[in-house]
Amino acid sequence: MKMWLKIAVSVWITGIIIAGIAFPMVRVPQTWYEFPFIPGLEEKARNIIFHVPISWATVVAFVMSMIYGAMYLRKKDMDYDLRSVSSASLGLLLCVLATLTGAVWAKFNWGSFWNWDPRQTSIFILLLIYGAYFVLRSAIDEEERRATLSSVYSIIAGVTVPFFIFVMPRIMSGLHPGSLGDEQGKGPVLEFKMATNMLMVFFASLIGFTVLYFWMYTLKVRLMRIERHVQQINESH
Amino acid sequence: MTKMIWNMPIPSIPLRMEKREENRTLQFIETMTLTTSYHIFVKEFVSEFRTRYALNALLMFVVTTLSIILFSIGKESPTQDILSGTLWIVIFFSAMSGLSRTFVAEEERGTSMTLRLLVNSSSVYIGKLLYNFILILFLSLIIAVSYLLFINEFEVKSYEIFWITIFLGSAGLASASTILAAIIAKANTKGTLFPVLAFPILLPLLLTCINATKLSTEGAFLTEAVKEFQILISFTVVMVATSFLVFDFVWKD
Repeated sequence: MKMWLKIAVSVWITGIIIAGIAFPMVRVPQTWYEFPFIPGLEEKARNIIFHVPISWATVVAFVMSMIYGAMYLRKKDMDYDLRSVSSASLGLLLCVLATLTGAVWAKFNWGSFWNWDPRQTSIFILLLIYGAYFVLRSAIDEEERRATLSSVYSIIAGVTVPFFIFVMPRIMSGLHPGSLGDEQGKGPVLEFKMATNMLMVFFASLIGFTVLYFWMYTLKVRLMRIERHVQQINESH
Repeated sequence: MTKMIWNMPIPSIPLRMEKREENRTLQFIETMTLTTSYHIFVKEFVSEFRTRYALNALLMFVVTTLSIILFSIGKESPTQDILSGTLWIVIFFSAMSGLSRTFVAEEERGTSMTLRLLVNSSSVYIGKLLYNFILILFLSLIIAVSYLLFINEFEVKSYEIFWITIFLGSAGLASASTILAAIIAKANTKGTLFPVLAFPILLPLLLTCINATKLSTEGAFLTEAVKEFQILISFTVVMVATSFLVFDFVWKD
């Protein structure tokens, strides 16, 4: 990644963190930096700026891992497998973060850390899928076989994801917006009812976390390439 | 005419016409036909009934788990929701212990190489899928019947929903576990890996099945359960289609 982009992302994310934590919440916003007060959410609404983009980045990491898995199956190039694993390991980290931020929010808004709401169930399943993916990888010694089988597994797991995103919230009652029994809107795409300035910060955060994911991803790929190279040198001696 | 239909090549990778040669005993069949899939299916049954290992073990498994449930219930009267959940726990774990056999046994006996030499992978997949489906359907029918007989608290009011759920649930279980069984047959630790890999994938199916079973105990009309059936059917179709596309990579590895 280019140097200027790295600096830009750092400044961007810092700005979002400052805006998300420090911008005051008032009943009647007067200036551009004041968020409106949302009844029922109050100050807890700030979490939307961090929790939702992290969850989004988790899904991006998962999809990237799946796409590189499919590319590996087509080209049989070990570099694609390396990318697939890098993305999956970052995805695991982001998934844990999304679960934790969500659980904390759930504790203070819905009363308990875990409610088995459909979205919570899906993030839990995603954790299980990542866990199973790494268990499968550790159970196979041969490098190419490991790459093929884990790619196939991530594809098989990937096709079930629409069931979690589109189907489960319709059949289970839940607490997240967009669940069954929520009049404001059913389905995965929510109607954004945030104020304009908050929406701007939210989308800026979405972009920021996605670019941050790509930065971490390129670092991870480079690190793993070096590790593999060192391993090959050690084996040849 | 019927013979023509049986021998009709189904489009698969690679699509070529079957070579007509006399006296071919061991020749690679390039196109996938229903005949070859059917032969694989029959072969599975023959090799199973030679030892009856899987079948006996599975029946014992069903008896054991059901008696554990009966012991744990004792004189309590659990709700219909809990009972419909435990029904699918029994079906899920007996599927997990039974369905991995098809590919693992092939690797253990060392016969997978011969099979790979003789027939193309799509036929193997379809044949094994059918065998797994029949096996799990048979098992879940036994489980469901004995569940209805022995657990008195479990009352099904609309039987049509109950049996359709059992049928579609078995199809879904077979569709996802066939490809996973092929994956774990190549791994080092075969036994414990299967439920770990299968659980996150099968969860949407299991939750829908449990929901539909609850509906059947509540005495819902058939039209109320249509949404559940749609999910079960679409899950099965998606799984079979994806597995059909990627099976070749696993099998030829």
